[in-house]
Amino acid sequence: MDFLQQFLQQVLNGLTLGGIYSLVALGLTLVYGILHVPNFAHGAFYMAGAFVSFHLMTRYGVNYWLAMAGSAAVVAVLSTLAERLVFHPLRHHSGLHPMIAAIGMMLFLEATAQLIWGADFQRMQSPYSGIVELGGLTAPVQRLLIIAAAFLMMVVLHLFLKKTVTGSTIIAMAQNRDGASLVGIDANRVAMLTFAIAGALAAIAASLYAPINLVYPAMGNLVITKAFVIIILGGMGSVPGAIVGGLIIGFAESFGAFYISSDYKDIIAFVLLVVILSVRPQGLFTKGVR
Amino acid sequence: MKYLEGRIGWTLLVLAGLVFPFVTGNDYHLTVMSTAYIFALATLGLNLITGYTGQFNLAHSGFMALGAYVVGILTVDHQVPFWIAFALSGVITALVGLPLGFVSLRLKGHYFSIFTLCVGYIMFLVIEKWESLTHGTVGIIGIPAPTGFGGYVFDQPRALYYLVFAFLVVGAFVMHRIVTSLLGRTFMAIRNSDELAESLGINLARNKLLSFLLSVFYAGLAGGLYAGFVRFLGPDLAGTHHTFEMTTFMLIGGIGTILGPLLGAIGMPWLSQHLQFLQEYRYVVFGPLIILLVIFVPNGIVGSYLAWKARRASNEAKKLAAAPAAKPVNTTAPQGGATHA
Repeated sequence: MDFLQQFLQQVLNGLTLGGIYSLVALGLTLVYGILHVPNFAHGAFYMAGAFVSFHLMTRYGVNYWLAMAGSAAVVAVLSTLAERLVFHPLRHHSGLHPMIAAIGMMLFLEATAQLIWGADFQRMQSPYSGIVELGGLTAPVQRLLIIAAAFLMMVVLHLFLKKTVTGSTIIAMAQNRDGASLVGIDANRVAMLTFAIAGALAAIAASLYAPINLVYPAMGNLVITKAFVIIILGGMGSVPGAIVGGLIIGFAESFGAFYISSDYKDIIAFVLLVVILSVRPQGLFTKGVR
Repeated sequence: MKYLEGRIGWTLLVLAGLVFPFVTGNDYHLTVMSTAYIFALATLGLNLITGYTGQFNLAHSGFMALGAYVVGILTVDHQVPFWIAFALSGVITALVGLPLGFVSLRLKGHYFSIFTLCVGYIMFLVIEKWESLTHGTVGIIGIPAPTGFGGYVFDQPRALYYLVFAFLVVGAFVMHRIVTSLLGRTFMAIRNSDELAESLGINLARNKLLSFLLSVFYAGLAGGLYAGFVRFLGPDLAGTHHTFEMTTFMLIGGIGTILGPLLGAIGMPWLSQHLQFLQEYRYVVFGPLIILLVIFVPNGIVGSYLAWKARRASNEAKKLAAAPAAKPVNTTAPQGGATHA
């Protein structure tokens, strides 16, 4: 019984982590699908999302959900600006240059956050600090909230991509850029939209996760690196791959932390990646080229 | 090309480096410059794999830290003499790089970069967590100063400056020989198109691995030198920020040239010392600077100079060729001009 409880507790932790990782990885994979550039600045957008929510809540006393919406909007604009000002001028350059530019943007955003909010670790209060008892299993409300909200976002994104015309243009462009422009899809508009969605997803993920973690300028680094592991696992550019990959890493970490060592839990994802790349360089779920 | 990468340019640079301690009497400047030389040595290695072979390596500071920790652990915890530990720093770093190099062989482009980003993180986390070996976040203190012949100890800024400078000069010379040899051309062929290179009979696996190992060897030696120079170590050395900084040096100077990354690596710390008032906010300036450079000066200072020279040369050739033609409409003139030239 005790074993089962511990096990279920780890399942809950895995779902929480996995939900957050999936949201971050989804944005990253969408941008990769459109741009074919690993956006190293995506973690900085995640960090910016947490800080904007934190700022709105502590400085202006804004309600948690409104703060989350506000931060999603702000980061969506930031992300779109990044596309316009940084990636758009570089779209004909070789792989190296956009990557370095993304790093420049990451350094800039981190330093700017430090300039505004300082290097200290901040704590963001959740309005939902209660604990729920579920048949012997204890779960903080915020964790359940994260799981529910993250999976709701995934469903919404899925419906958007599959059921709306605008969503289909994103998929079309990710699948075949030339073909998409041939049928009259405006590549610029789709690229901007994709960046906006990716930024908003990162901000929402950060605002959900911040109350059970800490907010600080370098907080995006580890998350983005894991998101890269996830999109390699799931196949770069694949939406279902990002979700499945996110859950795999989430579970690997929560179980690894509990049954192996919590000191090394951050390494688990990377070791997993090194092992997988040694065996299958294309990632677990990639069938063909990408 | 002749002036910049030729004998005259190199001789002037070496002379400037030799004279520098006499120009400034300030120990602080010597220390800044020596640190810059150590990172320049590491950047030479990064430039080989990234600038010449075209694989964007994000684990470079991890390998540098590895070399530094080899020296730190061997000298402090096992009383190994500095130079033996130093020699091992390059070798052990390359040995650790070997299996990673084998994995990376199968990875191209973005996959390689993300793989190395993760490798860098693993190194950082291992250094931070494996306390019994690396002393964890406390770091290693009391690394002995390098000694010379007859019990001479390199512990004065000027002596250390010349020691580090000597390593940089030798490192740059060897790297120059590597990239101007057949091997260097092979690396560049792989960078430009690995499919084409393979069709020419180039052994991709062997050359990529060799480039990776050489690059890692440079990082390890630079790290070992850093340990003997700074004499204390912490996990921060392995942080990705250092890799990003080295990438910036490389980019500002000019990727895929030897002189460019050297100038970048020497100039950037100098610049950041003069931007001291910005402190940790210097990335507010450097971040956009990197972006602007990537967009507007993608080949860096040296690269752009070389491109400008090439363009001027071709423009002159065109002018010569077009000289007989009065109007550009006349299509027969360039042909005549061409045979004339």
